[in-house]
Amino acid sequence: MVGILEDKDRIFTNLYGLHDWGLEGAKKRGCWNGTKDILDAGRDWIIDNMKNSGLRGRGGAGFGTGLKWSFMPKEVKDGRPHYLVVNADESEPGTCKDREIMRHDPHLLIEGCLIASRAMLAHACYIYIRGEYVREREVLEAAIKQAYEAKLIGKNNIHGWDFDLYVHHGAGAYICGEETALLESLEGKKGQPRLKPPFPAGAGLYGMPTTVNNVESIAVAGTILRRGASWFAGFGRPNNTGTKLFCVSGHVNTPCNVEEAMSIPFRQLIEDHCGGIRGGWGNLKAVIPGGSSVPMIPAEQCEDLPMDFDALRALRSGLGTAAVIVMDKDTDLVRAIARLSYFYKHESCGQCTPCREGTGWMWRVMERMVTGEADPKEIDTLLDVTTQVEGHTICALGDAAAWPIQGLFRHFRHEVEDRIASYRSGRLHVQGAKLIAAE
Amino acid sequence: MSVRRLAKEQPASFAFSAESQAKADWWKAKYPAERKQSAVIPMLWLAQKQEGWISEPAIQEIARQLQMPVIRVLEVATFYVMFQLQPVGKVAFVQLCGTTPCQLRGALDLRAVLKAKIGEAHHVSADGKFSWEEVECLGACCNAPMAAINDYYYEDLTPESLAQILDDFAAGNSPQPGSYIGRKASEPKDSIQTLTDPKLYDGSLAKKIKIPNLPEKPKKAPKAEPAA
Repeated sequence: MVGILEDKDRIFTNLYGLHDWGLEGAKKRGCWNGTKDILDAGRDWIIDNMKNSGLRGRGGAGFGTGLKWSFMPKEVKDGRPHYLVVNADESEPGTCKDREIMRHDPHLLIEGCLIASRAMLAHACYIYIRGEYVREREVLEAAIKQAYEAKLIGKNNIHGWDFDLYVHHGAGAYICGEETALLESLEGKKGQPRLKPPFPAGAGLYGMPTTVNNVESIAVAGTILRRGASWFAGFGRPNNTGTKLFCVSGHVNTPCNVEEAMSIPFRQLIEDHCGGIRGGWGNLKAVIPGGSSVPMIPAEQCEDLPMDFDALRALRSGLGTAAVIVMDKDTDLVRAIARLSYFYKHESCGQCTPCREGTGWMWRVMERMVTGEADPKEIDTLLDVTTQVEGHTICALGDAAAWPIQGLFRHFRHEVEDRIASYRSGRLHVQGAKLIAAE
Repeated sequence: MSVRRLAKEQPASFAFSAESQAKADWWKAKYPAERKQSAVIPMLWLAQKQEGWISEPAIQEIARQLQMPVIRVLEVATFYVMFQLQPVGKVAFVQLCGTTPCQLRGALDLRAVLKAKIGEAHHVSADGKFSWEEVECLGACCNAPMAAINDYYYEDLTPESLAQILDDFAAGNSPQPGSYIGRKASEPKDSIQTLTDPKLYDGSLAKKIKIPNLPEKPKKAPKAEPAA
């Protein structure tokens, strides 16, 4: 056996799309089994069991899913309908897990939407899928149509909870993965995050009580309740329980998505499932363990590293979306991070000045660091600016832009310093000498 | 942020075709009646599917249909980068992912191919058939490097396979989207070791089950719940 998790305990049994994604296939794999019993058990039972499972939100922040559901008002008042919104705007560089759920196991997601809506007394749910996922949207729409036709969802369905499910799509804005920006976008506006409070559970979509959850958090709900909270809580370390989709990309021999138990050691994850690091374990240089927004960690910290929220936080990084970007010794780390800086510059929504101006500034300095055409003193200035962006914006994009740069200099400052030094030594610093560019 | 403006040369008018209008109405029906504005992104997308790009008359038509101020639609069209504000290649519009996970696996080499075969980014080739741009992460990182061509993803590319795909488009064919190293999706190439247990797929999971730790007598029947 490879890895820790056995096949019988995997939730996403059609992760690779080798089987039928349709309703028949999904039912055969156990989806929609006992859903009515779950719904009949009521709101409190569902929320308690989700809490007991220890599921932490899979969209990056790792907030308890059951707890989040419990924030919704306990009854529908004043004709203010409740909404569930599923965040399928998967754009964090490195992350490609929700895509596989939507195109290969869409019924798990639909079932999860129904259960979550029951728990938060919502009768309507919107799935906000990123605009680029055209094929995924087609499959999801088709699966929803199947579910309506089989009366699994819709008005007067066999589960006894009226429920409408709609797909909405975005148009290529990373910021719409932030929950309040997503709601703005869903309302037909620019995706600029809102100030919190009020939190969406009080005033979200159209000003109504709303909960926004990641696709994976919702899609696992059905199986967790079917098999029991203690089953799910049996994987991983305390406070980091369950199974998780890991997306491994970059310099491994066979990049892939794989569902594994939380807290699997990094080395085991890479060697069992991804064919090892390109050029062998010793060729590992650094890892971005949770999508581009978390700081990188160097190879020497990866040996026995359990892949979970708390272990990575202890290393001043994070599990994020569990999108592992592996970089081997041939990698130009400065260039890799400069490209991420460009990404954040491009994706800043422009609402808060520190982020709008800071991301562009940081990117321009990073580009000079790539060539070495910078002053050594600028490193400290750059780090100082990152701390001025971090925490001074409405949403976390400012933080996300600052952290990769901080991570680079925390562990690989010498590389940048060497590059600046070698750039300078390549030039004649003689007064009056005429310099001719090398290229 | 990036600066995005409407094209200088604009068509005189825009109208949804009957087919697009039917789709637009289907989208509008998804939202509460007084929240039609929510359909603005899907409708802009439909306009772009129809014409290839978003023109000023299209923005005005959508504003009219959704009873929105034109500036609000313009704002949305310029904010979201998937909306093309100038014409793009009619046969193949290539959006190359250039963010770090793809860059680590060779997106820079693909960029060179596009430059050589089509020209500079954001410029339509002389015959009007091709154009390309570099975009930010498209969310297919396990299949890097990749590009989206006319909506669909072409994955696990090499400079050779990308050049071949472009040649195929030029020859009037429509090459298959998906992986170009023979993968089905994002499984480890030629070495699937998980999800091999036949019991997962023989229907045994569909047998009637008892949900664990259900309450002895459900306290509330669903009818007793407050109705929305």
